[in-house]
Parts: sequence; structure tokens; C-alpha cells
Amino acid sequence: MIRVQAEPFAPDAELAAFIVSVPDAGAVASFVGLVRSESEGGDVSGLELEHYPALTERAIAGIGEDARARFALAGLAIVHRCGAMAPGEPIVFVAAAAAHRRAAFDAVDYMMDRLKTEAPFWKRELGPDGARWIEPRDTDLKDRARWG
Amino acid sequence: MATILFFGRLRDSVGTNALTAALPEGVDDTDGLRAWLGREHPVLRETSVRIAVNAELSPGNAPVADGDEIAFLPPMSGG
Repeated sequence: MIRVQAEPFAPDAELAAFIVSVPDAGAVASFVGLVRSESEGGDVSGLELEHYPALTERAIAGIGEDARARFALAGLAIVHRCGAMAPGEPIVFVAAAAAHRRAAFDAVDYMMDRLKTEAPFWKRELGPDGARWIEPRDTDLKDRARWG
Repeated sequence: MATILFFGRLRDSVGTNALTAALPEGVDDTDGLRAWLGREHPVLRETSVRIAVNAELSPGNAPVADGDEIAFLPPMSGG
């Protein structure tokens, strides 16, 4: 299940639906990314996530396919917001199901590192000094490099 | 005519998110397009800026022609 949507989503409902979809799995790991309320620029009043639909959906699907090829998964889910969001709202939900926990944990970690550095989204944070574009940090690139 | 899109901070630098342009004689690949538009907008020459042609990213230089949708993309960050 892979979706990009402007509407807010409920991570608990996504997780419940995902678990039901993988009855043969022995383990499910998940991650939820939230809009921060503070950053280096000060208090954050909102976040805007621009995307390029034709490219973004294909790139995310490709990250999912790579995760399936790399880990023994029974299923995976990626739900990603686009558009305008408020602090505390979920931006991304990633889940992986496998026979045992290690593949599920690793697949979620892997998919998030790829999403942080390669998914075609451009992030603009609104703060006290106006809007500023956020690009991948060195730590994001280092995390991504762990997977080769 | 080609449609040229600018995402993220490039939209602010160039001053628009899209323009329609006739590709000049000799501009027939992404390297040539980058050099041509980069004269007016040096930000487009940054090595971290990638170019997608018809929503396909290629690792190197790619052909462009009238009718294509060409997108300039600054570093991406989801999640």
C-alpha cells in the first residue's frame, strides 16, 4: 500500500489496516514522522511539502520495490502527506511486515533513509523569520550511505 | 515549445514555477538546456540540481525536444 495525499491521516488506523493485510507475518515494524514544532530557525508554525506527482509516486514505489528485493518482507506500507501541514501532524507512515522482527525493523529504517534523501519532495518551513527551504542534512546523507 | 518546471527553492530563484519556451537551435540535451538557462539563472548550474525529462530522472545527460516537460529539481527531502 503506497499513497501520497494532501489529507491528514491517522497512523493508528493505517497500522491497524496494515496488520490485517499481512495475516501470515510474524512481525510488523512501523515509523511515523511528525512535523516538528521547533527547528534551528525557531518555533515552527507550519510546513509545506511540494511534490511532482508523476515523479514522486514512481520514486516512492521504486523505494518500496527496492525494500522488497533487499529484505524478506510479507508486505509494506508507505503513506506520505503533501501540501500544507501543522506542527504535530504526521507527515509520513512507513511499515514493514516479515516473518521475524529484524527484516521488518531494517526495512523500515532503509525506506526512511531513502525517503529522507531521494523522494521528490521539497520542504518549506514557516517560522518567525518567514519561510525557509529545508534540504537533506549531512546526517541524512550519512544514514542513506549505510545501505550502499 | 517545451514546458520547463522549477521546484522548491528554484521557483523562488527563477521567479516562476513554470515557463513555456522554444528551445534554441543547438539546445537538444539537458546539459545544453542547463547551460542556456543557467546564463540567466546561475542557480540552475549547481551540481546538486537535477533535471527530469517527462518525469524521468536520468543519471547523466539526456536528450530534450519540443513538446517535452522538463523539470529542474533541487535536492529532495521527504519524510
